[in-house]
Amino acid sequence: MLRMSWTIFLKDVRMEFRGKEALNASLAFALVVLILFSFAFDPTSEQIREITGGLLWILFAFSGVLLVNRSFVREQSNDCLDVLLVSKVPASSLLLGKTMANLVFILLVEAVCLPVFSVLYNISMFQLPLWLLGVCLLASWAIAILGTAFAAMTVNLRLRELMLPVMLYPMIIPALAAAMYLTNNIAAGKVPVGDDLIWVRLLVGFNVIFTTLSLGLIDTILVD
Amino acid sequence: MFDKILFGVGAASGLYLVRNLYTMLMVLPDEAAQGMIYRIMFFHIPSWWTCFICFFIAGAASGYSIAKKNFRADSLAVAATEVGLAFTFVGLATGMIWAKIIWGIWWTWDARLTWAFITALTYAAYLMMRNMIPDPNERMRVSGALNVFSFASVVICYKAIDWWRTQHPGAVMSFRTGGGNIDPAMEGMTYQNLFAFLMLCLVLVTVRLRQEESLRTLEGMRRLAFTRQRIAVLG
Amino acid sequence: MAVLEAKKVSKFFGHFPALRDLTFAFKAGDCIALLGRNGAGKTTLLHLMAGLTRPTDGSLEIARRVSLLGHGIGVYDELSARENLQFFANLLPVKVDVEVWLEKVNLREVAGAPLREYSRGMRQRLALARTFMGEPELLLLDEPFTSLDDKATALLQSLLAEALARQATVVLSTHQIPEAMAHASRILFLERGKLRYFGPCPDEMLGDSTWIYRTYGAVS
Repeated sequence: MLRMSWTIFLKDVRMEFRGKEALNASLAFALVVLILFSFAFDPTSEQIREITGGLLWILFAFSGVLLVNRSFVREQSNDCLDVLLVSKVPASSLLLGKTMANLVFILLVEAVCLPVFSVLYNISMFQLPLWLLGVCLLASWAIAILGTAFAAMTVNLRLRELMLPVMLYPMIIPALAAAMYLTNNIAAGKVPVGDDLIWVRLLVGFNVIFTTLSLGLIDTILVD
Repeated sequence: MFDKILFGVGAASGLYLVRNLYTMLMVLPDEAAQGMIYRIMFFHIPSWWTCFICFFIAGAASGYSIAKKNFRADSLAVAATEVGLAFTFVGLATGMIWAKIIWGIWWTWDARLTWAFITALTYAAYLMMRNMIPDPNERMRVSGALNVFSFASVVICYKAIDWWRTQHPGAVMSFRTGGGNIDPAMEGMTYQNLFAFLMLCLVLVTVRLRQEESLRTLEGMRRLAFTRQRIAVLG
Repeated sequence: MAVLEAKKVSKFFGHFPALRDLTFAFKAGDCIALLGRNGAGKTTLLHLMAGLTRPTDGSLEIARRVSLLGHGIGVYDELSARENLQFFANLLPVKVDVEVWLEKVNLREVAGAPLREYSRGMRQRLALARTFMGEPELLLLDEPFTSLDDKATALLQSLLAEALARQATVVLSTHQIPEAMAHASRILFLERGKLRYFGPCPDEMLGDSTWIYRTYGAVS
């Protein structure tokens, strides 16, 4: 089963890197929003430190949706999804492979945006590199797994580009809130300790609950 | 016969609510700290419980409908969600009125309020999504799964009160505090109103459930008629 | 041994019955033509046999290795022919030599180019390779001859003959009777979701393409 996920993952990554359409669009969007931020408040003030996490994770959630939206559309153009399901690929393997691919795409966007943000707003994001990596991995997984599962639900809708964010954002708020809080601490150079660790637990718990639910329900979603 | 019973229960719940209103306004005294506005709590608290019960039923019915491919359970899920959403708005509105008078602000970003808002958005998305799927099987599968996801997020919502620092008044009911924080007469009133709300909720859910069932029957008949017509045209 | 066995299979879309009480069995080496008008339930039945939908009622047992050629050709435009075949081969339970198949469908020289640069006929040949590789036990082809060019038609005919020779079961859905008759050993005729005829090709059908509709169709 994991072997099939890996095959699907490689295929999705290869397809995306061939055209880079979603990746480029998402990156361009993220950079534009990064510039827009500078007009929303005084970019030289100290105040920005307190909202670093919020800004970044709103940005990542928005550009992430652009990426996961493509995930099942890719399978739709030539009815490839049907072929995959006929080949006895379990729906959960399919979801897992696609989620891993989306995770890689989201992490790539983050890898570009974080240094750019650091430079533009004079905030060093990389004082605690391991913590930053951990938070990015956990929160991006939350966006990727729920986003991919919901992309499977919305793929047949006419208004799928609109419906996906409407469904997704209310549900990933806990994960985003936790990521925002932790990223603020990381940007300030504070290692999360004591009570702050509840946010790490929240992120982990959120991922466990929703990964289990998504893998359990995806067969119902895809197969009539 | 069933219609008459339904109508009877609906009327009874209406009468019961009027009777409760009379007791609240004419019998019970003002509360020591809050004055007369505390009475809105007799609507605020039961409406939250009712909406939680509705969402619980919707989540369970959705789980059952996708596991057993049961359309009736799917209808129950959408009926319960819609009624639950209505009670969510009652809860939000009464809460805001109370907050304006006691705290001086309409809205505050306290954990419960925020989460109630998020819950309302989540279920609104569910109802929107449902309307966009024409095929009944797909609608049941996809919106059923979405409802299960939604319920999971509502559960996290209920837990969240322990995790966020909160401005919301703590638990006052005796079964959570062990008694002493609330006058027994006032607590009794809350339960009586809850009972009235639940009766009303039952009637509304039943009516919506039957509408949804008829809608599905109609859909099937329309499709059948369409197929026959097409055969007749194509020969 | 039956490759596919359906017992009282029904499929409902909501309250609409798409298929009702179908009972039949396919044996290894059968070539079945699935006939019926538009909306008779052919595609639904193919999807059921493919495992893309599950029956509302009844039981359906399907062979382990099934392959489908639907309306969409089921290959990725962004990948090259070789990458496409390699990807689908990796999902198969048996080992397949992709190069052999590229040779077979005559795409070896261009196998590295992305599919969107291919002509229509080349894409169709690739789709045929994708469908027939790995020796599937049950082949489901939804109107396979529609819009094929000459080369691809010849290829499909030889692949079909090869598959039948190794005792694979083939199901062709079509409403072009002559083409169906050329290959099929049995006919499965559906009307309004009901099984009207399942058996060997009747001789009357040769040269009379509306015979089966007149004889077994309920509505005229």
